[in-house]
Amino acid sequence: MKLELPIYMDNHATTQTDPRVLEAMLPYFTQVYGNAASRSHSFGWTAEKAVEDARDKVGALIGASGKEIVWTSGATESDNLAIKGAAEFLKDRGNHIITAQTEHKAVLDTCKRLEKDGFDVTYLPVAKDGRVTAESVRAAMTDKTTVVSIMLANNEIGTVNPINEIGAVVKEKGAVFHVDAVQGAGKVPFDVNEARVDLASLSAHKMYGPKGIGALYVRRKPRVRITAQIDGGGHERGMRSGTLNVPAIVGFGKAAEIARAEMASEAVRLLKLRERLREGIQSQVAHTFVNGSMEHRLPGNLNISFAYVEGEAMLMGLKDVAVSSGSACTSASLEPSYVLRAIGVDEELAHTSIRFGLGRFNTEEEVDYVIKLVVDKVKKLRELSPLYEMAQQGIDLKSITWAAH
Amino acid sequence: MAYSEKVIEHYENPRNVGSFDKDDPSVGTGLVGAPACGDVMKLQLKITDEGIIEDAKFKTFGCGSAIASSSLATEWVKGMSIDQAMAIKNTQIVEELNLPPVKIHCSVLAEDAIKSAIADYKAKRAKTNGNS
Repeated sequence: MKLELPIYMDNHATTQTDPRVLEAMLPYFTQVYGNAASRSHSFGWTAEKAVEDARDKVGALIGASGKEIVWTSGATESDNLAIKGAAEFLKDRGNHIITAQTEHKAVLDTCKRLEKDGFDVTYLPVAKDGRVTAESVRAAMTDKTTVVSIMLANNEIGTVNPINEIGAVVKEKGAVFHVDAVQGAGKVPFDVNEARVDLASLSAHKMYGPKGIGALYVRRKPRVRITAQIDGGGHERGMRSGTLNVPAIVGFGKAAEIARAEMASEAVRLLKLRERLREGIQSQVAHTFVNGSMEHRLPGNLNISFAYVEGEAMLMGLKDVAVSSGSACTSASLEPSYVLRAIGVDEELAHTSIRFGLGRFNTEEEVDYVIKLVVDKVKKLRELSPLYEMAQQGIDLKSITWAAH
Repeated sequence: MAYSEKVIEHYENPRNVGSFDKDDPSVGTGLVGAPACGDVMKLQLKITDEGIIEDAKFKTFGCGSAIASSSLATEWVKGMSIDQAMAIKNTQIVEELNLPPVKIHCSVLAEDAIKSAIADYKAKRAKTNGNS
């Protein structure tokens, strides 16, 4: 197959909609366009049947029943609904929430909002390998803890948390366990019953489905109750009002069905590609560091720091390859990645990190092209780097008093 | 973020990359920025006894805009007197490279690098003159 540019390797940001998913969705725009809430005619009934069918498929991916799936606009809404909804519902029982420093902003900023509303939040530090330990969760829990929110897999460094162990600890103490499963679901095994999860956020576009559709798993046995955040027509058993986006829901269902069927074989293929990429780069470029656990990691993730080469300059050199960087320069805040900081990566090295996110449609040819390009650009940028020159001269960069600006 | 054509051009073909001997009395070295902030510029000027900048070299750890700002600075200062080089303002660099607001600090760093290299040169001269 001929190599086509640009190459997409940013599959943690979003994924291409699988053509099989698109095909499943198309009839629901122009043929089966009824409102799934219309009870008085066949347009509504057919749409509703499609929605319920998709609900079962999304549920099956995580070992849940379709009845436990609530549709949302995406994982940001799911995280908001889960954490605010559970914290508010349980506020007479306690006001303490536990989460981790490496969570997605949709969780962290939701918790910050709750802090303003009088809740206490513990932001757990993580180990150097990027994982939250069950022991740290146990140590942080108090009689007032009502909600614990820990992600399945991290969006930057791809590390997979010991969710089953954490779930056991949370349930010992009787708090509600929310898992942001956006990056891990469909990529690594995740079963809401094994992990004793009460609430789980999912997103279609991270698993080759369409954007703008997400889901919140809400456990029925024993029943977990949350306060709705959007009021209206009482859709989704009152937990999330709003007319359902039927084509997107059908697409999500199809994406979940494919993920469930192909996860095992896809993980093997992606791991092979990821290791080809990592070995190809690390065998040719010195002073590189992989960020986060290599053992407990999403198969398609490689987050790597190239010492002495600033991340955004690297991205500019890799202009035909879509990847992302933990460098400050790529964010609006001018702060380097808080995830890398949380796992103890020096600020200097945080600025040099590149995240490769391999996915279903990447090929070996693409990986080989990217290896060659990365090796070439790092060489060029190191020739340009005063830090590399100093390091070559044996100067310890930490011995210099730098003027911060 | 989209880069201006001039930034891309400097990034792809940086001018005057390299180093002079920092112990050469005719060389002034400026090293500004910090690795933790994501930009470090090293700018070196070779200055004649008459105070004319006859050559300039740089190395930069930083984003494309930082590389372009320092590359442009070396291009501009060549042939200038010390006073002319001291008068270069970061806003001129911003204008020439069409830097967006979030990249203005790159131009500030380039201006600082020129000033710091000249200060280093002057300090060296004062020391040499004092010794003779």
